[in-house]
Amino acid sequence: MFNTTIEIIAEAGKNDFSIIREFNAPKEKVFKAFTVPEYLKQWFMPVEMAFTIEKMECKTGGSFQNHHSHANGMKFGFRGVYHEVTEPNLIIKTSEFLGLPQKMTPVLETTTFETTENGSTKVAIHSLCVSPEFRDAMIQNGMRNHLQISYGLLDNLIINL
Amino acid sequence: MKIRRDVFQAIADPTRRAIIVLIAVQAMTPNALAEHFNTSRQAVSRHIKILTECELVKQELSGREIYYHFNPKKMKEVDKWLQPLRSMWDERFAKLDNLLKKM
Repeated sequence: MFNTTIEIIAEAGKNDFSIIREFNAPKEKVFKAFTVPEYLKQWFMPVEMAFTIEKMECKTGGSFQNHHSHANGMKFGFRGVYHEVTEPNLIIKTSEFLGLPQKMTPVLETTTFETTENGSTKVAIHSLCVSPEFRDAMIQNGMRNHLQISYGLLDNLIINL
Repeated sequence: MKIRRDVFQAIADPTRRAIIVLIAVQAMTPNALAEHFNTSRQAVSRHIKILTECELVKQELSGREIYYHFNPKKMKEVDKWLQPLRSMWDERFAKLDNLLKKM
């Protein structure tokens, strides 16, 4: 039996965090779910948010841009570059958060796909931020915005940055 | 906010994590705890001091001996802090599980 519990590693005072989880499918398939726009659309964003992929050239040197909008009018997005895409093992990209008045430093995100002993696929997403404060704000407020978008939380995020 | 930061500082160190694991199983005296580590007793004491300051460890007197107890309530704060992130990825990955079944 594979383990579907998400492991989150976010140590104090560090500027990175990891999200690790196993999937009951071969890594070729899991890799596709991450890299083919039609598949990504089906799982990446909560249903109540419209997710639009403007560009997704998922290959080494390619770039991407997407946004999601909420019923209350809030609009956020991500833009960045794929530094390395090695099917079906590795994606390295930089991702810049769009939708705030100030300029945000891109996050370096490394996703690895690994076959486990029991044949499932272990996915690890490692995010490296410019500072521990940036990371904390991202975990605490930035992420919450995906779930529960409100101007109040956005204000919080801006204050914390 | 201050408390959360302290708890995170406390668990950032591998020795302190090992101390937590040990005393979570069983309350320990300073001597019993120090025996598990190659470092000096002073070094272990310093770690205990930090863990006590952020309330992850409680010290209780039993007879003439001090016992270190683990305070699991504080660890829950760490979990709570990560909860939004966990919920978001739980939701995403549940949908991904479904998609993988259909692919």
